Amino acid sequence: MSTDLSQTNDVSLRSLRAALFDSAAGQLLLAFASLIVLVAGFGIASPNFLQTDNLIGILQATAVNGVLAVASTYVIITGGIDLSVGTLMTFCAVIAGVFLTYWGYPIGVGVAAALICGALCGATSGFLIAKMEVPPFIATLGMMMLLKGLSLVISGTKPIYFNDTPDFPVIAQDSLIGYLVPSLPIPNAVLILFVVAVAASVVLRSTVLGRYIFALGSNEEAVRLSGVDTDFWKIVIYAVSGAICGIAGLLIASRLNSAQPALGQGYELDAIAAVVIGGTSLSGGRGTVLGTIIGSFIISVLTNGLRILSVAQEWQTVVTGVIIILAVYADIMRRRKT
Amino acid sequence: MTALIEVRNLDKSFPGVKALRSASFTLEAGEVHALMGENGAGKSTLMKMLAGIYSWDSGEVLVDGAPVTIAGPKAAQALGIGIIHQELNLMNHLTAAQNIFIGREPRRRFGFLDEGKLNFDAAALFRRMNVTIDPKTLVGDLTVAKQQIVEIAKALSFHSRVLIMDEPTAALNTAEIDDLFVIIRDLKAHGVGIVYISHKMDELKRIADRVTVMRDGETIATLPAQSTPVETIISLMVGRELAHAEPPKVPEIQGDEALRVVGLSRGRALRDISFSVRRGEILGFAGLMGAGRTEVARAVFGADPIDTGEIWVRGAKLKIHSPADAVRAGIAYLSEDRKRFGLVTAMDVEANISLASVMRHRRAWGFLDFPSLKALAARYVKSLTIKTPSTAQVAKLLSGGNQQKLVIAKWLARDSDILFFDEPTRGIDVGAKAEIYKLLQSLADQGRAIIMISSELPEILRMSHRILVMCEGRISGELTAAEATQETIMKLATRTHVATGTARGGAHGDEHGPVANE
Repeated sequence: MSTDLSQTNDVSLRSLRAALFDSAAGQLLLAFASLIVLVAGFGIASPNFLQTDNLIGILQATAVNGVLAVASTYVIITGGIDLSVGTLMTFCAVIAGVFLTYWGYPIGVGVAAALICGALCGATSGFLIAKMEVPPFIATLGMMMLLKGLSLVISGTKPIYFNDTPDFPVIAQDSLIGYLVPSLPIPNAVLILFVVAVAASVVLRSTVLGRYIFALGSNEEAVRLSGVDTDFWKIVIYAVSGAICGIAGLLIASRLNSAQPALGQGYELDAIAAVVIGGTSLSGGRGTVLGTIIGSFIISVLTNGLRILSVAQEWQTVVTGVIIILAVYADIMRRRKT
Repeated sequence: MTALIEVRNLDKSFPGVKALRSASFTLEAGEVHALMGENGAGKSTLMKMLAGIYSWDSGEVLVDGAPVTIAGPKAAQALGIGIIHQELNLMNHLTAAQNIFIGREPRRRFGFLDEGKLNFDAAALFRRMNVTIDPKTLVGDLTVAKQQIVEIAKALSFHSRVLIMDEPTAALNTAEIDDLFVIIRDLKAHGVGIVYISHKMDELKRIADRVTVMRDGETIATLPAQSTPVETIISLMVGRELAHAEPPKVPEIQGDEALRVVGLSRGRALRDISFSVRRGEILGFAGLMGAGRTEVARAVFGADPIDTGEIWVRGAKLKIHSPADAVRAGIAYLSEDRKRFGLVTAMDVEANISLASVMRHRRAWGFLDFPSLKALAARYVKSLTIKTPSTAQVAKLLSGGNQQKLVIAKWLARDSDILFFDEPTRGIDVGAKAEIYKLLQSLADQGRAIIMISSELPEILRMSHRILVMCEGRISGELTAAEATQETIMKLATRTHVATGTARGGAHGDEHGPVANE
């Protein structure tokens, strides 16, 4: 029993060490430093920025995008891309609405339905990519539009409100931390992002699935010729990514107290941007969940800070674009050196 | 007479490595100067300096007796130095002529391209080299040998007086090598100095005038190529006398049948391939490049589909649809292209060794059993003497020989006992080759069945208990170790189907489509 425990400790220690000191450490550090500089900069520029309310707002805004970016991280490390994460999120939210509001099932069933739906949709993308050899870009572009359309069809293009299940919006909006530390009413959505990120990071570092995610992204053919059923694992990876999109769907539905069928498109680009800013290579084989989380925060801090400084929305988009290019350029420079 | 190029005491350091130590070397006009040495000896570094790809730290380079600096590839071209890399740098979707004059296309007024002059100039180059290539052919449609000629023509188009060739015959068959040598002799006669980097001793004897041996970044000696015995050159390369103990050959292996293949066919690539291999046996697969040996291995391994054929493993008929099926049956395939098909080079030694067996080292919920994985990797690093600072070293930083051992470890960790080795010593230096041979022998002694595909006849003759020879997708003959010689193998390797049919007293292969080589 005691040996079991020490082994478990060893796993978590090892993954922690790996997370801190792996080859992407330099990029991580750079991203983290940029985040600190941004926060400090906005803090100096505007006294409102560092207000607790505003910081909590930033955390809140990052929750959904962060979870979606984690979902994208897995796929991008395999060397693929998933354009459907945004509309899949919405589709899962709509499914939750159908189960809870239309059909009156209890919350647990609605949550399970949304997660299973996410996994199935992800598996479908994975099947198209692995078995039918449709390029990931096209397969998920198709899924993106297909799911967007289905969301609108199922909901009759109208939002589905969770009026019959008042406990549902509480999931994301209430604050467990606020009960413990009344001065910090951080909503549960942020807590869920944190849990998802830690779990995703451990899976990536310490499980067979994580090992295959990196291996597929590094050299898929060598992995296939080692007797690994690469098709199966690709489908699994897209399914897991889809289930994480389901979590994002539940988060956004809970926060808005409704499933908004028209929402979702565009989220995938923010997710990809966060992943890339966090140092994950678009050509596959390298990346960390921690980096993705930092990347997500960089994007929301930028958006929030620029808005507080009354910079026009159009210019916020321009700045985000520049940041993405700089992040990728920094990564290329770093790799050239080694 | 002043040397075309004289290199004096060049030093070059890369972070953590001293790549060249006081390297010296001269190239005369009209000579073929071979540069030999194990991988990592500094041959490529030295040549990349002459080609302007690297700069040197200290020392000097004289061209026609005058000291020069070579700031970049353009400067090298201006000095008349051309290099042909092992991996060709051509654009497959452009024509031969467009490739040769890329960046220097003849123009008409207003910047319009003069395609006519382009093709005319390219044709003139080919004529000068006595080769027939249509300048308008897409490079992607040419054979590797012809592509190489395009590269040479490109180098000559810069009026190169020095041509550096890095393992130019690595991808060529015997006939193509002969053609290449004709071109080299012709260039030589026109006063071009040629630096020839190769691992193949027989080529050295056929083409080189002088040979310079490099080891650990130093130029050890320059010797006349014809009169120096091969053993002397090899011992200079490895820095020690090579043990020439031939492994005792058992005339016939009596082990149980491990693998039987019956009537394996696919289109024109594989025609009615049947063979079997016993436990403890090393079965050599000889033949020219493109004879279908790799295709046989990949088909049995499930990497490529087959039309018809049966595969029996340990007496049981199996359906193999994918590499996963084959691996489950204990079959392994070690490709000649380790980096593409064998290793995940961006990952560490441990991940590579456990790539095929990671599922056996997991705990509940798919968590990796790190202590067990580490122990596994450490065990094979030790037993195969893989030279690596740690099991956390990234695979791409290992030498070719150690990468090959890594792939072997991957399969041993999976308990594979039928192993296809495709050119097991390609790109591996002389010292490490002997180690790989010993390893193959010991794997067979442990009762594994080894199928070794090799284009190097001495290797086939030295290692195999039995030899199958392939030609044009068929097995054209089988030889015991006793009756096999380079001559008998070559005869079978060049024997086309018509001859095979009569030699076997029947034409049983005819139902498999039109006869090749018509």
